[in-house]
Amino acid sequence: MSDFVLPPGVVLIIAAAAMMLAPRAWRAPILLVAPLLALGLIWALPDGPALQIAFLGHTLTPVTADALSRVFATIFAIMAFGGGLFALNQEKTAELASAYLYAGSAIGVAMAGDLVTVFVFWEVMAIGSTLVVWMGGEGARASGLRYAAIHFLGGVLLMAGIAGYVAETGSVAFTAMDVGTIATWLMLIGFLINAGAPPLAAWLPDAYPEASWSGTVFLSAFTTKTAVYVLMRGFPGTDILVPIGLFMIFYGIIYAILENDMRRILAYSIVNQVGFMVTGIGIGTEMALNGAAAHAFAHIIYKALLLMSAGSVLYMTGKRNCTELGGLFRTMPLTCICGTIGAFAISAFPLTSGFVSKSMISDAAAKEHLEFVWYLLAAASAGVFLHAGIKFPWFVFFQKDSGMRPPDPPWNMRWAMVFFAALCIGLGVYPQPLYAMLPYPVDYVPYTGAHVIFQLQLLLFSGLAFFLLLGWLKRTETITLDVDWFWRAFGKLLAQEFDLRSGLAWQGLVGNVNQAMGRFVRALYRLYGPQGALGRTWPTGQMAFWTTVLLVGFLIVEYI
Amino acid sequence: MSERNDLPPDHDHWLVRPHNIRKLWIVFIAILALTVLAEFIWHPHPHFTLDRIFGFGAWFGFLACVGLVAFAKVLGVLLKRKDTYYE
Repeated sequence: MSDFVLPPGVVLIIAAAAMMLAPRAWRAPILLVAPLLALGLIWALPDGPALQIAFLGHTLTPVTADALSRVFATIFAIMAFGGGLFALNQEKTAELASAYLYAGSAIGVAMAGDLVTVFVFWEVMAIGSTLVVWMGGEGARASGLRYAAIHFLGGVLLMAGIAGYVAETGSVAFTAMDVGTIATWLMLIGFLINAGAPPLAAWLPDAYPEASWSGTVFLSAFTTKTAVYVLMRGFPGTDILVPIGLFMIFYGIIYAILENDMRRILAYSIVNQVGFMVTGIGIGTEMALNGAAAHAFAHIIYKALLLMSAGSVLYMTGKRNCTELGGLFRTMPLTCICGTIGAFAISAFPLTSGFVSKSMISDAAAKEHLEFVWYLLAAASAGVFLHAGIKFPWFVFFQKDSGMRPPDPPWNMRWAMVFFAALCIGLGVYPQPLYAMLPYPVDYVPYTGAHVIFQLQLLLFSGLAFFLLLGWLKRTETITLDVDWFWRAFGKLLAQEFDLRSGLAWQGLVGNVNQAMGRFVRALYRLYGPQGALGRTWPTGQMAFWTTVLLVGFLIVEYI
Repeated sequence: MSERNDLPPDHDHWLVRPHNIRKLWIVFIAILALTVLAEFIWHPHPHFTLDRIFGFGAWFGFLACVGLVAFAKVLGVLLKRKDTYYE
């Protein structure tokens, strides 16, 4: 272990710096080679700690590997490659560098063997992702600031939790913990904030859709899935995660149904999908944890694919609202097909990646006899098809004719979509390589007649409901208030109210001081002014008189 | 980006021609029926009570979606604002 090991995540962070410094012509090779190099390093690492350093009397393990680390680090590297390919034609190099800093630190978290390293990469991730949001332009400034504020709040809670935990146990190792102490609760809350859990979930649909056409693709992958990873590592089988996950699932569906902005629909659906993973972690059996890891892997690919197709539409048309889009299937066939494949994968259609991963979570619930949880997961699967599976492709590519006839996007964007669409179907048809990567041995057969039939019924009848209820689902130029109202509008109202009251108080104070000063000046004027008793010039005779009085006084005092 | 397509629906893309949409509905309903009838061949393995009822996936999926949309509709009445609300 004395040998120096280059941490895989650091490769992408170096690539980020290199992009900023090297000539523009080197950018594309750096973007494409660095993730592959990182992937190679991830798989070259044997199980166990690969790098250890002493720090403040503790032994830090910045790089360690096991199956769980590897499955998350692998998908993060694949995501960086696909995202890099998609973003090759992004004008702003700073956005790409920020995205690679962000991706690299996500890999850093996945390979970290101790809590200090987790925290360091956690914060770098917050910085990288905030920069990616900010590169979205003028409109993204305020969202980016709100995003950073929430994540630094999460970071502070996490730091406090880690400090408390290390003080209590004397260990910095990052292993499974019990939520029994304040310290572990703080860590759990810090992790959950990044996962998009209630009550602060609104940071996600507030910030992600404000990034550029390529920025949102990167954002969708890393923050929430690193949170899923740390929850799996730190708090598997923690009961409270089941209701939290179920809340996220339905919150995501309901808000996505009401949403008009295509990328906000997909952002709410990230919360929904992460909800499935959090529920799985809460159930905590080997099958459920395998399901959560597999679902994170599959989800990163199909969600990136969906956002690539939305990004392509935004790139080609400059439009982001369902009310302005429609009918694009005529001239953007490839974007439409790839987006639809992503939509089918997120809905867990048989032969797509979502089917082989999500069903592990619901079957784990069934095995644990969690009847109510299982019903809710089944209802949610129907709801996913409704809010993302049909709603996204229908309103963007079909519904009415918007009159726009944009062509498909440039070659690199098309190939990135084809690559991820192929992965969605490849994993769905042949899930064995994914199953082989999972943390626990997999004894699961997704394709049984009964299971496929059940899933087809569930999804196709959801489709029937969608088309029958189309009138109710028609999009309007509206947003739906979320908890971010408290810090976007309520805070402002409070500030205005406070401003008014403090203004009145200040005016009162200034008025009183003014009056007092006026009285003082008038009194001075009365005494010392031209007419004042003390301000008059005194005649010489009067002076002589008063001097005599003083002298007489002295004489009397002397003789007494 | 080329000009707006002002062709009448009958000459537009085959997918949007009214008589084809009718055909698509017929095919869709036939597939729906097949997925339910398929239960006679591949018998479901129920875990709990509700899923013992015939065509569970079909009616449960349909009702779940109707419920979700209805709930969203009610929530929308309370929480929907113009999209310029925060500006």
